[in-house]
Amino acid sequence: MAADFSSTHFELFGLPQTFEVDRELLDSRFRELQRTMHPDRFASASDQERRISMQQATRINEGYGILKDSLMRGRYLLELGGYEFNDEHHTISDPGFLMEQMELREAIGEVRGSSDPLEKLGVIMGRIAADFDTLAAELKNQLAAGAATNHDVAADTLMKMQFFRKLDEETQELEASLEDELDHL
Amino acid sequence: MALLQISEPGQSTAPHERRLAAGIDLGTTNSLIASVRSGVAETLADADGDHLLPSVVRYTTEGPPLVGRIALDAETTDPLNTIASVKRLMGRGVGDVKSLGAHLPYEFVPGTSDMPLLHTCRGDISPVEVSADILRVLKTRAEQTLGGELDGVVITVPAYFDDAQRQATRDAGKLAGLQVLRLLNEPTAAAVAYGLDRGSEGVTAIYDLGGGTFDISILRLNRGVFEVMATAGDTALGGDDIDRVVAQWIMQEAGIGEDAGHGALRHLMQVARTAKEALTEVPATTVSVPVAGADDWSGSLTREQFDELVSPLVQKTLSPCRRVLRDAGIRVSDVQAVVLVGGSTRVPLVRSKVAGFFGRDPLVDIDPDRVVAVGAAIQADILAGNKPDDDMLLLDVIPLSLGLETMGGLAEKIIPRNTTIPTARAQEFTTFKDGQTAMSLHVVQGERELVSDCRSLGQFELRDIPPMVAGSARIRVSFQVDADGLLNVTAEEQVKGVQSSIEVKPSYGLNDREIETMLKDSMAHAQDDMEQRRLREQQVEADRVLEALEAALAEDGDQLLEAGERRRIDAAAAALRQAGKGPDYRVIRRAIEDVEQASSDYVDRRMNENIRKAMAGHRVDEFESS
Repeated sequence: MAADFSSTHFELFGLPQTFEVDRELLDSRFRELQRTMHPDRFASASDQERRISMQQATRINEGYGILKDSLMRGRYLLELGGYEFNDEHHTISDPGFLMEQMELREAIGEVRGSSDPLEKLGVIMGRIAADFDTLAAELKNQLAAGAATNHDVAADTLMKMQFFRKLDEETQELEASLEDELDHL
Repeated sequence: MALLQISEPGQSTAPHERRLAAGIDLGTTNSLIASVRSGVAETLADADGDHLLPSVVRYTTEGPPLVGRIALDAETTDPLNTIASVKRLMGRGVGDVKSLGAHLPYEFVPGTSDMPLLHTCRGDISPVEVSADILRVLKTRAEQTLGGELDGVVITVPAYFDDAQRQATRDAGKLAGLQVLRLLNEPTAAAVAYGLDRGSEGVTAIYDLGGGTFDISILRLNRGVFEVMATAGDTALGGDDIDRVVAQWIMQEAGIGEDAGHGALRHLMQVARTAKEALTEVPATTVSVPVAGADDWSGSLTREQFDELVSPLVQKTLSPCRRVLRDAGIRVSDVQAVVLVGGSTRVPLVRSKVAGFFGRDPLVDIDPDRVVAVGAAIQADILAGNKPDDDMLLLDVIPLSLGLETMGGLAEKIIPRNTTIPTARAQEFTTFKDGQTAMSLHVVQGERELVSDCRSLGQFELRDIPPMVAGSARIRVSFQVDADGLLNVTAEEQVKGVQSSIEVKPSYGLNDREIETMLKDSMAHAQDDMEQRRLREQQVEADRVLEALEAALAEDGDQLLEAGERRRIDAAAAALRQAGKGPDYRVIRRAIEDVEQASSDYVDRRMNENIRKAMAGHRVDEFESS
């Protein structure tokens, strides 16, 4: 018999399996679980206990990372529902969405040349965050529809969120390097 | 003692002795050791009453190495045999040293791995050995003060240390004969020392500018849990660099060339440091240095001039400050307290820049030189099991992304920076040739796209892959980072279920055999001492295993075990008790393994029971309210 790793992340944290998560509750469950299982609690224990505690603490950290992030949580819920992602072959054919992505990319490309790059970038970042949140709200409704949910539709929404996440990361990096450049002036 | 902790409050537990534990701040410039005595964590002084041990080691042709102030005094007269700031070399490669080279007045020779060795009159010595020599002195100091052998220590490292630097630090501890319970990040230790767990909650920034490293960490404190949200820094920026720009200014003003010689350059650094320290108190100071073939040069350095010289260095710390906030996903206004750590934060310009950046005055009420050691001592005391009821917990992150080299020299991230540890990722690989039985993985750490811009941690050679048709093997490689931030790699072929063996070639470290050899060399009567040492280690381990087992059985043995299982465990425990009295460490080790095997299912059951208990009582009200 091995330690019980079969439960879902929702079960591990004692939370209902829904897209909406009570963040405060999740945080406090995380702390309680780590207080019980973290390797520091087993510093003087046998090698076997130390190994299991590290595996359990790893699993708690992984579950926390997934449940606290709407994108990863949504993806995990679909996977629990039996959906198999095939990222490389999943294409989005929503022309409005594609057009917006192009516009945003163009705008980001023009940031450096503008009179106040940080100001301009700030506006773009605000728009990216708002679009991401709108999609997350759509995903919530799609997943809440339960059995009636068309998994492909929800997966499409997740893919779009993924695009915005990527833009968000890129703009963060750009912001960091712009700030550093200003520093050296 | 983990198994004891599970017991209900008030239930009697086996009486156990207080374990001697200490926290060690192994610093670039100074090192300290601290311990909890009568409930108070304090740094320990040497016979002269000094708490700070200068991290300087002098090797002589005879006798043990000289460590501390006595070595520091010889820095200018015997520069090549007197090693200072060795922390900057820990886990570094020959290439890194070359880039620092102009500043380091030592003679380097290449070692077996890419790790550089220092050429001294006592032979070629690795940075790990130099650090171990410092640790030995601290160990002796603590054992004399506390009156017994240390059971375990916590050694602190900059949060921004990479895997190679951490591994080197752990190796140094091992080499010094210390049981290293944990490598603790310096900023986390500082947070603990500030007693931020007692009452205060919220988001804290720890700004740590030491002798050779800079760290900025954001921690969230909640009911005794210290959660590192993000960390950033620069492992080659610190007080040494401040001294260097001041020394360069003096050289320029006094007309001293770069060819002044090792001794003169060391002296200049000391003069620069003295001037820096003076300027924390007074607005101007007089600097004088000897000039070869001329009269001594003397001049005045004002704080304004000094600020102008070091301003670019202090400015350099602000970029990581911004990044750490970004990574933590918070704004400056979310930070509720700022703590200053490290001797270099005494520089007034540093204080004012930090206050300006965070928009609040930083906390400085604990001596910035001692705060890290004090925090480490508190953690060591808990890890050693002296405070079973304390529920303080430190959750750290991995400071730099871990990646694998892929086609075209690109680094593919497998574990992103600021992931809470312990953490693990698995990835599958396949063979590209028929019958292929081995493959190599290159693990790197860093944020850059190109492997050549990241730090190489090592080559992992997978062997014993069962021969199959190209592309049909499925080798699952698991990357596990433990609570110390150290990486461990395992691999298994999925189709046939064969465990592949992995040979690690650390890029800059020592392998286990090298450490073993050094341990042997460091002992006068190698073989005998080694046997004695192993025997003692196994006896201690046997006692620990038995003590934990008995406490567990008393608590829930009757509920969780069937009669047959219980008999098997009791028999193995009895055998171990018998073996523990014997002279052969191998027999004891086998007996320990037998006990662990017999109780394996039982331990699993207890762990699961633990999780169940942690969550019990929540589920009911949780689901009712939702």
